[in-house]
Amino acid sequence: MTGETFQPAIEFLQARYAVDGHIILSGLELAVAPGEVLALVGRSGSGKTTTLKLINRLLDLTSGDVRVEGRSVGNWDPIRLRRHIGYVIQEAGLFPHYTVERNVALIPRLEGWPPERVRARVEELLHLVGLEPAKFRDRHPRELSGGQRQRVGVARALAADPPILLMDEPFGALDPLSRAEIQREFLALQSRLKKTVVLVTHDIREALRLANRIALMEAGKLVGVYSPLTFLKAREPLAAEYVATLGPGETPESAA
Amino acid sequence: MSLLEFFYRHRQEIMTLTLEHCWLVGVSMLLASAAGIPLGILVARHPKWNKPVLGSANVIQTIPSLALFGFLLPVPWLGERADRLAITALTAYALLPIIRNTAAGIESVDPSVREAARGMGLTARQILVQVELPLALSVILAGLRVATVMTIGIATIAAAIGSGGLGEFIFRGLAMVDNRVILEGAIPAALLALVADAALGLAERRWRRSF
Repeated sequence: MTGETFQPAIEFLQARYAVDGHIILSGLELAVAPGEVLALVGRSGSGKTTTLKLINRLLDLTSGDVRVEGRSVGNWDPIRLRRHIGYVIQEAGLFPHYTVERNVALIPRLEGWPPERVRARVEELLHLVGLEPAKFRDRHPRELSGGQRQRVGVARALAADPPILLMDEPFGALDPLSRAEIQREFLALQSRLKKTVVLVTHDIREALRLANRIALMEAGKLVGVYSPLTFLKAREPLAAEYVATLGPGETPESAA
Repeated sequence: MSLLEFFYRHRQEIMTLTLEHCWLVGVSMLLASAAGIPLGILVARHPKWNKPVLGSANVIQTIPSLALFGFLLPVPWLGERADRLAITALTAYALLPIIRNTAAGIESVDPSVREAARGMGLTARQILVQVELPLALSVILAGLRVATVMTIGIATIAAAIGSGGLGEFIFRGLAMVDNRVILEGAIPAALLALVADAALGLAERRWRRSF
């Protein structure tokens, strides 16, 4: 075992975030292991998105620390840090005036990759997320369905091969069928790519399906961290409330 | 003698004054864009600048143009040459629609697009150049269109201080009580305004439809 040398990909140390004295997140202690999918689950306003944005410094900590690959985020150049971390948000946030190809190529181009390499990478990524490059490369986001846009969003986040991926309700705006399909593909993709993923969701089914561990949050505090199986049996009332929303037979085993 | 014949006889001077008019308007629009677009970006970025910047541009607009030309006349360097003075005043008038539309265009960019850009590690400058300005462009062009059409009209008044342009015909016609002479200035000015309006409108629509 390499237990002693284990270093979390992301680590929160008494992380606290407040705006005008109003506490959004207090004393968060949480570590994300390399290659795991951690879901942040909680109500709106529980601090999940804040937690996510502290990782790539879209928000700056009030006190405490967040470390990415052992290094305090304050010591990273924010631009380098963000390019080291893929970011996927709910409405995908694709650039409407760019084609699919230019959207996916965004970071590689900014990083100065040679054009042939960028082109090959876009081709590879579109295949990876299940979009036929010849058919989709030259389309604009307006010409895509919600599910297709989200796939492009994932491809764009993966473009420069970042080891960490942050996803903020990535599939929240999709219809149930597209969501189920893209979740399946996410699992297949993750089993190959082994990225460290932090996924914000309020959909407990999504968390149970996709995550290795579930961090349950409430009112700016971490309630507990569970594996999907322990979550289902947790005594914690909030966890039980979530479990109670599941229908009969909706367990991770049946979903898998 | 028909109006057309009358115009034909004066075609040389009509041509010269039209070009002069285009020059006054063109230089003014370039200067107004060079100042107004950055000011619009400033207003969009820092809302505290909204009141002072848009307020000043608004106040300038309320000054009657003939009075503004008069006020600028005693200003040292400006008053020396009529075209210098006219361009300064026309630039000041054109600022408001350009600043306002630039700010509105940038503010209208979908927040999720801006957030994604920031989250992926684009610098503030890259976000401005690659995302905000292109997405705001059709609104900015609409502002330029309003400003250009307006400036073509106001520029005729600048002839009162001797800056040339199509206004010269209008003032001459007024003095001679000859409507044909007035029309020699008014018709080309109106045509210029229509052409500018159509061209910038076309650019605006084409950009909007390109994605």
